[in-house]
Amino acid sequence: MNENSKTTRPPGASALSLRVSRAAYYQLGALLISLLFMALIVIFSGESPLRVVSSLWDGAFGTADQFARVLATLTPLLLCASGLIYTFTAGLYNLGVEGQIVVGAVATTWVLRALQNQVPAPLVIALGIIAGMAGGMLWGLLAGALNVYGKISEIFAGLGLNFVAQGLAIYLIFGPWKRPGVASMSGTEPFDESLWLGRIGQTEASPVALVIALVVLIITIVVMRNTYYGLRLKAVGQNPRAAFILGIPSTRLLLSSFAICGAFAGIAGALQVVALFHRLIPSISSSLGFLALLVVMLISFNALWILPMAFFFSGLNVGSLQLPMALRLESSLAGVIQGTLVLFALLARGLSERAGKIKRSQ
Amino acid sequence: MDFNQLIVILATAIATATPLVFASIGETITERAGVINLSAEGTILLSAMTGFAAAYATNNVLAGFLAAAIVGALIALIVAVGAITLKQSQIAIGFVLAMLCGDLSSFLGNPIVLVPGPTVPSLRIPILQDIPVLGPLLFQSDALVYASYLLMALTWVYFYRTRNGLLLRSIGEQPAAAFARGSNVVRMRYFYALLGGALMGIAGAAFSLDFKAGWSHRHTAGYGWIALAIVIFGGWNPLRAALGSYLFGILQSLASVAQSSIQNVPTQVFSVAPFVLMILVLVLTSGEWLDRLLAYLPAAWRRPITRAIHAPPPAALGKAFEQD
Repeated sequence: MNENSKTTRPPGASALSLRVSRAAYYQLGALLISLLFMALIVIFSGESPLRVVSSLWDGAFGTADQFARVLATLTPLLLCASGLIYTFTAGLYNLGVEGQIVVGAVATTWVLRALQNQVPAPLVIALGIIAGMAGGMLWGLLAGALNVYGKISEIFAGLGLNFVAQGLAIYLIFGPWKRPGVASMSGTEPFDESLWLGRIGQTEASPVALVIALVVLIITIVVMRNTYYGLRLKAVGQNPRAAFILGIPSTRLLLSSFAICGAFAGIAGALQVVALFHRLIPSISSSLGFLALLVVMLISFNALWILPMAFFFSGLNVGSLQLPMALRLESSLAGVIQGTLVLFALLARGLSERAGKIKRSQ
Repeated sequence: MDFNQLIVILATAIATATPLVFASIGETITERAGVINLSAEGTILLSAMTGFAAAYATNNVLAGFLAAAIVGALIALIVAVGAITLKQSQIAIGFVLAMLCGDLSSFLGNPIVLVPGPTVPSLRIPILQDIPVLGPLLFQSDALVYASYLLMALTWVYFYRTRNGLLLRSIGEQPAAAFARGSNVVRMRYFYALLGGALMGIAGAAFSLDFKAGWSHRHTAGYGWIALAIVIFGGWNPLRAALGSYLFGILQSLASVAQSSIQNVPTQVFSVAPFVLMILVLVLTSGEWLDRLLAYLPAAWRRPITRAIHAPPPAALGKAFEQD
């Protein structure tokens, strides 16, 4: 009988190493149960699961425009999921990632508004993205400082700061940055087309944005696998006390993980402004930060799986957009599918660990 | 601002706060037992939807509340199984459920969007309702509002004046000690998680059948997170949580009155306030510097003041407990 304080922290990657085969069986079972649960929900709402699947596929990959939209959704998802790898590895639930996207977007909009027509457009865009990164980083560091120095749970600090960031964006959209004429939920005045990041044809996908996201993802994979920093971060996440006794500066490492995650989320926010919406809107983050949290939980914090899983989740998000027209179903089915997969995966992980423990104790 | 207007503002505040009273007391009970139910946002959305659907189908408001309470308890059951039995992160399970149940409410509730349905009838208490000031404030509401007053009183008495309440608080602070004294920590945590979940479910139905009657997409969006913030603001004390709910209600109803005079600021900005307050309260109560500051006070004052403002979370909050 003992208290297990580690369970509030995400289990590190090393928990995976033992009994891979058992865990795999349980995960397969979780997948089957998730599919069954989703099928029941679809049948309950009076539709055939197979038609829903084909409609989702058509919606995501039917036309070039739709596929481009999948890539446009993938970009911020990759950035946020990469950032969350750092905080999860350090044992932190950075629920503040949404707010970090928003503050990044606000900082970018601010720079774009201040510098447009004064310096060459490509420079404005570059400075805007850097400002977004800095803004997200500051917001991440604020949550980190509240956590490390204020001893406040990063979960509630992050959630609270999300709403503060959202309030700031709405205040700016309706107040100082409102459109000439009447302020509205449709956002600030769109920027001149010269300040838009290049797109593929008339679609929503921006190759530059996608490349930035992929570079960040590759950096993250390398840092986690091959660097001393990644190793020390894992040590802090697994056992902060032991890490401290071994002379690892845990305070600085925890703060750095908040800063990195915030910076990546800030880039995501910047790209939402310069590559996708071309203005600041109230729902600038489109809840993609929360979606990235689900992605990273589903893949057990393993950065190698980010790309396929984020691509799958983006496809679901975009594919579901045409459900209301095609089948008269609500597009929130995408969220139901994503949530169901993660929930059953978590429960299966628990069952598998429990089964392992019972077997060992026999 | 004349006197009648003030009464209108306060009456609106009470109406706004009532669902939050149920939700924040429910979450307080759960957290006091050592379990965080982070799914509040999804629980309130899904139970608001099912509560309205059930009341609509049966044309019976009570059936709606019953269905909502069952949905809330079922979601809490998933949290409890995942967190207590399977020892997974309570944060992860709760967060996923917050997302999943919110989307589920939109998906399944699509057919009943903006359909007119039954609501809680108003129940004016004879004689008492004619008392000036207090009458219109307290005795011209409906059964749900009176039930929320009763809930506050009962929870306080249960927490601080009964043996079971003491045990409830002990499994959130020192589960090992409570277990050694013969309490079944696991079973009690299940019970209080389900009870808190059911109260959050009732909060959902309080929205869809009373305060914001009806159903639309994301009908109660944000209130679950606000309830979680209020629990912290209330320092895990049921009466202070209720007080926090009323403060929020007053803030909201003032904001809607002030809307006409400060047109540049949308009301959404005011809903940030509870979160700013939550962070400030956390900063005040979590750090050590408050203790250092209090040490300068004369000894006779130190204890009551410390007791009044010092409200740390239950020591074992969010931690799994091995009982075998």
